[in-house]
Amino acid sequence: MDEILEILEKDGRASVEDIAKMIRKSPDTVKKTIKKYEKEGAILKYKAVINKDLIKDSESSEVRALIEVNIVPQKDLGFDKIAERIYSFPEVTSCYLISGTYDLLVVVEGKNLHTVSNFVAEKLSCLEHVRGTATHFLLKKYKEDGVILKHKQQNQRIAISY
Amino acid sequence: MQISKVVEKMQPSGIRAFFDLVLGMKDVISLGVGEPDFVTPWQIREAGIYSLEQGFTSYTSNKGLYKLRLGIHRYLKNKFGLDYCPDEEILITVGVSEGLDLLMRAIINPGDKILVPQPSYVSYGPITELAGGIPVYIDTSKDGFKITPKLLKKYIDKKTKGIVLNYPTNPTGVSYRRKELEEINKVLLSNKVLCISDEVYGDLTYDFGHVAFPTLPKAKNNTVYFNGFSKSYAMTGWRVGFACGPKDIIAAMTKIHQYTIMCVPITSQMAAAEALVSGKKQVEEMKREYKRRREFVISELNSLGLKCQRPQGAFYAFPCVKSTGLSSMEFSRKLLEEEKVAVVPGTAFGSNLEGYIRISYASSLDNLKEALSRIKKFLNKRK
Repeated sequence: MDEILEILEKDGRASVEDIAKMIRKSPDTVKKTIKKYEKEGAILKYKAVINKDLIKDSESSEVRALIEVNIVPQKDLGFDKIAERIYSFPEVTSCYLISGTYDLLVVVEGKNLHTVSNFVAEKLSCLEHVRGTATHFLLKKYKEDGVILKHKQQNQRIAISY
Repeated sequence: MQISKVVEKMQPSGIRAFFDLVLGMKDVISLGVGEPDFVTPWQIREAGIYSLEQGFTSYTSNKGLYKLRLGIHRYLKNKFGLDYCPDEEILITVGVSEGLDLLMRAIINPGDKILVPQPSYVSYGPITELAGGIPVYIDTSKDGFKITPKLLKKYIDKKTKGIVLNYPTNPTGVSYRRKELEEINKVLLSNKVLCISDEVYGDLTYDFGHVAFPTLPKAKNNTVYFNGFSKSYAMTGWRVGFACGPKDIIAAMTKIHQYTIMCVPITSQMAAAEALVSGKKQVEEMKREYKRRREFVISELNSLGLKCQRPQGAFYAFPCVKSTGLSSMEFSRKLLEEEKVAVVPGTAFGSNLEGYIRISYASSLDNLKEALSRIKKFLNKRK
């Protein structure tokens, strides 16, 4: 992978100037390359990883469920068409086709238990071609997108050494 | 109590006081650290924990766990095509530090000389003296911080027993290409001077492939090669290094090692064995990260007018601060007091290094940025 992408994947806020210094290219080249990636869709968006457990207001509290979905594939269209119908719901934050005993893994977020189960009962399971669902509510997040959510103790290095 | 005269004479001078000053101060951004800022990769730590759970709490053979020696044998074979026998030519030591000390004690007779090109890591001279030898320091500051055949010939005499090479070098980050090393090797062979090659930063070489000294023509029988896990695998606290060399030398070192240390802690050896099996990719990742930081730091230092040679390895930059009119120590002390940024005065690495400081970029990019902007402020006040 291009080093620019590697840097941005770790720190979406890395500035063009800093990246240019790190990889010994001109800021102009870096800027152009990033623009190109954005245009191609290789870079889709930049966002912050937020630990919502630490945010106290009730607005931001959320419930998340992982839902296993069994579906009947359609002739000529396979799973893609029905997957599209499912992932187009705004409640669905992620959707994957997987191997194994079921077909789609759908991640759904809602304000509370109620909204999520309503979504499953009223929107998801009654879709044509959906054979069955199994909903797993998430109890605790330990690590997300490569980030460990627990506040870790800092590595205690001696401040000066040879 | 009358302390040994050799020990009494050993003086870390003003540097120790400066170190104490840094350690006593809060909220310092330190660019003075000689170890990685990464934590040992998890699967390596896990191997250490698992070995404890399994009850591996005993001594190992003096030479070290066979599986670790075998792992080192394979690593050197794959990486450099070097063939060291795990039974007789490899010794596991408490970091490279212990290995070097063992070697000095194993080879030095009173009055033997050991050449130490400077700037250099701080222990080479003192361990030579402790073993009864005489360190001969060679100033390389006029040769781009590199030892050259010409300098070598000037300093080698009948009493010269060996030379300590350390590349990539702490504190300059300088390294050598094969051609340069071949020239050095020729001089060493023709004068029967042993090469004591500390290559602990070898895996952190950025611009070209690292050349292990024993891979040079006829060098293997005239070299003791040192490496360890501290820098490349971020395992400083585990204290595991190794020495590879001719049978008779390794046997002599093992004799001292068995009386003084017995063996390296088994937990650390277990973890190190795991590092060789599964840590390669993480070494590469850390190396890429250091490389980016290097580019960033060098570019910033040069734009601040602190001229700095481009380091090819390790995680140090060694800029010249003569333009400020301050000595190494004054610069470091004032920078610490005024801006709370810690660096190591160049004079710690040789008395001839007045006017330089060592900056370690084994620190997060955010830290480096903040520290460099403080250095900028510091310099602007003096314009």
